[in-house]
Amino acid sequence: MIDKRCASAAEAVADIFAGATVLIGGFGAAGSPIELIHALIDQGAKGLTIVNNNTGSGHVGLAALIEQGRVAKMICSYPRTANSTVFQDRYGKGELELELVPQGTLAERIRAGGAGIPAFYTPTAVGTSLARGKESRRFGDREYVLEHALTADFALIKCLRSDRYGNLVYNKTARNFAPIMAAAAKTTIVQTQSYVATGDLDPEVIVTPGLFVNRIVTIAEPLQESALVAAGAVYP
Amino acid sequence: MTDVNRRTIGWSREDIARNIANDIPDGAIVNLGIGLPEKVIDCIPQGREVLFHTENGLLGMGPSASPTQVDLELINAGKKFVTAVPGAAYFHHADSFMMIRGGHIDICVLGAMQVAQNGDLANWSMGEDDAAPAVGGAMDLVAGVRTIFVATTHCTKDGEHKLLRACTLPLTGRSVVTRVYTDLATIAVGKHGFEVLQMAPGVDRTCLQQRSGAELIFPRESL
Repeated sequence: MIDKRCASAAEAVADIFAGATVLIGGFGAAGSPIELIHALIDQGAKGLTIVNNNTGSGHVGLAALIEQGRVAKMICSYPRTANSTVFQDRYGKGELELELVPQGTLAERIRAGGAGIPAFYTPTAVGTSLARGKESRRFGDREYVLEHALTADFALIKCLRSDRYGNLVYNKTARNFAPIMAAAAKTTIVQTQSYVATGDLDPEVIVTPGLFVNRIVTIAEPLQESALVAAGAVYP
Repeated sequence: MTDVNRRTIGWSREDIARNIANDIPDGAIVNLGIGLPEKVIDCIPQGREVLFHTENGLLGMGPSASPTQVDLELINAGKKFVTAVPGAAYFHHADSFMMIRGGHIDICVLGAMQVAQNGDLANWSMGEDDAAPAVGGAMDLVAGVRTIFVATTHCTKDGEHKLLRACTLPLTGRSVVTRVYTDLATIAVGKHGFEVLQMAPGVDRTCLQQRSGAELIFPRESL
């Protein structure tokens, strides 16, 4: 029988190892799997390479993971959100590395990683400092730069509903990077707001088919990052 | 430019947004950058149906959410709470940038730090080595959307020129800007440089040229 449910977030992230590359879903606070990130902080793995569009806000979630000194490298497009000071602080002191990637290139690198495509040419960033040192090639009358796929050891994502196969549907703009991250990681760990029986999700509306998912944890009432940041919460 | 001048001549931020909205045709698919461009959504003339795309995964973005409408998982690229119109669609990031890079978005409205007379745009980095750089989706948007409208003040707060012969800040893209909408004028980027299409009330050729770091072309005698 296939049943990907885990009893707790702690159990779901227990084998994330030092130096692992971890894709974390979310665009700002929307879609951020905050309970899984907090479980990863409790678990203690260090030297992580984290891929996320941003670098967290306040002192909870991804910002707390960075603040606790667990992150060696961030791969992201926009490490500068409102109430985001932890990353700038640490980066300014040279405590972690930043690989800055245009947002669409970041998404396509992850998509390619999940799709078995090792690299691709893109028109994005041609003629800018972010293309410096990269292979380029002309197709027709336009220049393109070569970008490499991103794969990872783990993905931590959030969804609205899941069944035991790991079929997922999302909520509004909380979907963002989650479906492509689910495909690009060796082990995909999902926190779902509700668990439903197989057959309860209409096959026509499933966004992430279950084969991309390894573990599911039900977090019925997830913490709201924006509320925590507004309240000045600090984790742990 | 003195503070007195800034208050007494030129268009307001709302006027700039309205000037842009007036140039967006019925049926267009439009992506709005963060800041001033976000105001465009509230200025679309009655009778025109425009679909707004936000790169974090929504086609059919509606106006800002009122306090009672706020949904924490319904935000725009600037991470502000928004609404979705009837007929809206959600999608993941790779699909969203497929729409952008694949040429499926008609118009993008972006802010700017500098624009050059050949259409080069600089809007992501002040070039300071110590600050953490942040690029977001700007480079993808200018690479993939054919019509790029820039919404900006004509000069910086310190009176420095933003319209230049060549950008001095790190580029977002080369030869990508279609039009520049400022508080003083609306300017097309043509084959030969900046072509002034319209000037704000109280602005004349001399005043506008003084505030521009590249030679302006006035194709219409009436201006």
